Amino acid sequence: MIFKRMKTDDESMNGKQCQRGSDKTMILVKDLYKSFGGNHVLRGLNLEVKCGESMVVIGGSGTGKSVLIKCVIGLLHHDRGEVYVDGQEISSLDEEGWNELRKKFGMLFQRDALFDSLSVWENVGFALRRHTKLSDAKIKELAVEKLKLVGMQNVENLMPAELSGGMRKRVSLARAIAMEPAILLYDEPTTGLDPIMANVINDLIVTMREKLEVSSIAITHDMNSAYRIGDRIAMLYKGEIIEVGTPDEFKASPNPIVQQFIRGDVEGPITQGADFHLKLSQSARR
Amino acid sequence: MFVILNFIGLSVLKFLEESGRVMVLFFRTLSLTFRPPFDLRSLLSQIERVGVNSIPVILITGAFTGMVLALQSYTGFKRFNAEAFVGTVVALSMTRELGPVLSGLMVSGRVGSAMAAELGTMQVTEQIDALYTLATNPIKYLIVPRFLASLIIMPVLTVFADAVGILGGYAVSVYLLGSNPTIYLRRTYDYLDLEDIYIGLLKACVFGMIIAIIGCYEGFNTQGGAEGVGKATTRAVVLSSLLILIANYVITALFF
Repeated sequence: MIFKRMKTDDESMNGKQCQRGSDKTMILVKDLYKSFGGNHVLRGLNLEVKCGESMVVIGGSGTGKSVLIKCVIGLLHHDRGEVYVDGQEISSLDEEGWNELRKKFGMLFQRDALFDSLSVWENVGFALRRHTKLSDAKIKELAVEKLKLVGMQNVENLMPAELSGGMRKRVSLARAIAMEPAILLYDEPTTGLDPIMANVINDLIVTMREKLEVSSIAITHDMNSAYRIGDRIAMLYKGEIIEVGTPDEFKASPNPIVQQFIRGDVEGPITQGADFHLKLSQSARR
Repeated sequence: MFVILNFIGLSVLKFLEESGRVMVLFFRTLSLTFRPPFDLRSLLSQIERVGVNSIPVILITGAFTGMVLALQSYTGFKRFNAEAFVGTVVALSMTRELGPVLSGLMVSGRVGSAMAAELGTMQVTEQIDALYTLATNPIKYLIVPRFLASLIIMPVLTVFADAVGILGGYAVSVYLLGSNPTIYLRRTYDYLDLEDIYIGLLKACVFGMIIAIIGCYEGFNTQGGAEGVGKATTRAVVLSSLLILIANYVITALFF
């Protein structure tokens, strides 16, 4: 079997040179299909994320947003279609290829996914410990730096179980940026957080965008978060992207499906035929 | 009629599929064990958890097994005036059979379940996915240290069990049953071959591998939250215990 080799550093773009507003494509998803048994989650999805851009993908629960970013980072293998990351097509990468490619990524998981048995600095410095020859002392220093970037101080020796939800999210973000990746993926970054902490995270995401010049995909169904952090928003509906635009374009979209979602209307084209929603709203009116 | 056939067919296919996956994990673990970089820190930590912390359990198991063996074989042998051979029986049984098997079952319950629970919890909280995104192979990082630790520690624990078992048998024979201590020890040395001990240690190594692979396999394949972790833990213990008993027969028969 012939596996595609990674491009050398000269050929591919160093993410740090991504300028915001640049026209170069960082991630290109073409006609992506992914099914689980009889459940066709992604049906011909197309999406383009420009270099340095913050793309937010919105959609209802269970519509496949997580599946999309897991396909991009290779945690799931897509059935059909192509995904280009920094010019490199990922469908036939072998394990080594993936290990190299993943060093360009940082991912923030929905439930933090911090390693319980390691302290905060060991979590943040995990990738540095595995992939560099730096001493533990130096790695701890770098971890403390990254923690400062996300607004946390004096927590490096604590264990994850001793932190609150918002703190864990921030430590998780510090871990994701530790290797200074070119691409950040956020899986529902504000879900489960109180409104204040949610905005703290939103502001942090914006800070990452400005300071680190990363390209990012955030998936969420929190519209407030989407408007704050997104350069462009894309809506996922029935396995496809049905609309892409800036937050303003989205708010003014003529598409009734988009409007129902962003306004949170119980009745509309999305919930047509979904008896539960209608019966609930009807009984509430009585 | 067809329903029964369907059920049998599906069960067999499922069994073959699971066995295949376990074997794939085993070979991947084996190949990654010998590939650098080598994580000594993780290995030592696992050796402490698997081995050092299991010693008290193993000592008690070994001691009481040896003691009951002495009692039972005395009862039997007395019927044809062969009480003098209690020492031999205790030594041979412990080294060839009971030392490795009972150590294996104890470690499976203690360590195998812990591996399944820990890795299962990591799986359902996306920590395994997080490892992939940090460009780290979870098999190399999580399973290899546990596998190696199990492989190294089981023979060591078996030696402890054997030794304590023989001592237990000695104590019961001499102090409870009034046997001649010199004769007891003589019979132990004379009829115990090095081969008996080696077979026991080989069994222990195999059991160690089974415990680690099954525990880690069940952990990695956990689905469904807390209930899933509970199920995975139970399956790990039951499956590795059964496999230990089956492997025990196979190895014994091979060296018969």
